[in-house]
Amino acid sequence: MTSTVPEALTAPHHLSYTYKRSLGSVLSAFFTGLRDRRLLGVRRADGSVLFPAKEYDPDTSESLSELVPVEPTGVVTSWVWVAQPRRQQPLAHPFAYALVKLDGADTAFLHVVDAGSAAKMASGMRVRARWVAETKGAITDFVFEPV
Amino acid sequence: MRSKQQQKEEAGDQPVTVLSCPVELDYAYSAGQSASRFLRAIAEGKLLGQRCPVDGRVYFPSRGSCPSHGVTFGDDAVELSDKGTIVTFSIVRVPSPNIQLPLPYITVNVLLDGADTILIHVLDAKLEDVHMGMRVQAVWKPREEWTTSTANILYFRPIDEPDAKYETYKEHI
Repeated sequence: MTSTVPEALTAPHHLSYTYKRSLGSVLSAFFTGLRDRRLLGVRRADGSVLFPAKEYDPDTSESLSELVPVEPTGVVTSWVWVAQPRRQQPLAHPFAYALVKLDGADTAFLHVVDAGSAAKMASGMRVRARWVAETKGAITDFVFEPV
Repeated sequence: MRSKQQQKEEAGDQPVTVLSCPVELDYAYSAGQSASRFLRAIAEGKLLGQRCPVDGRVYFPSRGSCPSHGVTFGDDAVELSDKGTIVTFSIVRVPSPNIQLPLPYITVNVLLDGADTILIHVLDAKLEDVHMGMRVQAVWKPREEWTTSTANILYFRPIDEPDAKYETYKEHI
């Protein structure tokens, strides 16, 4: 029997939640630092430095407040190549997501390395922050590039 | 008036206290058979509901099955009037990013004549005039702009008919 049921209509559906969050004192300082092109970590009770700055110690849950400037340079500890970036990703051309431990920090964090090609990526490589032309106080105010 | 550059420099002295972190999801939405029929009909200026075979109530827009009884609806569409009655309303004074209407505006729950479910839309009327039981009618886009979209109806407007009796819409409040 031939089906006479017409095809169902389809349409793109874009759902967007326009969330904003208030930052509190520690994260406000961190993001203000980004806008002013400064990278701020936070010191834990044992003297080690977390980057990015956090409000609470992830192990002990203690409140943290002593902000510590860290260097805009660091080392890649792990990475993955994004050969086909999606629309929402930070760069339109291929890039690496990498764990980067900044000089002066004791923890690595996930961020973008604009290396041009996967062949230029390696664990242990040195990277440096490259700021966007107009910073606004967001983690996307900078990416890393190979030193 | 301060220049944009001045405003920016002033803002540059202020700490960043709020972070914008939108969540965006892209879907390819399939309307399914029943809603597709509804949308094809609205492209012709017709409003289709469907009648539940169990209790005879008319659901609008038409859909595949009855949310009350779980039974599949048949192919029998019910064409509804574009006139109806305001069941409840709300005056909106707070902006919303995806609604471009000038504030304040009126949202209404409309019970279309012949339907047993309400439709949420906006009403073009003076704020002091809107009331429960008010009779209204859809205002459509020009016919040449009709598509398979509920946006073919721009808004509702009051019409010169006596208010509906409370008993006729009270179960929908």
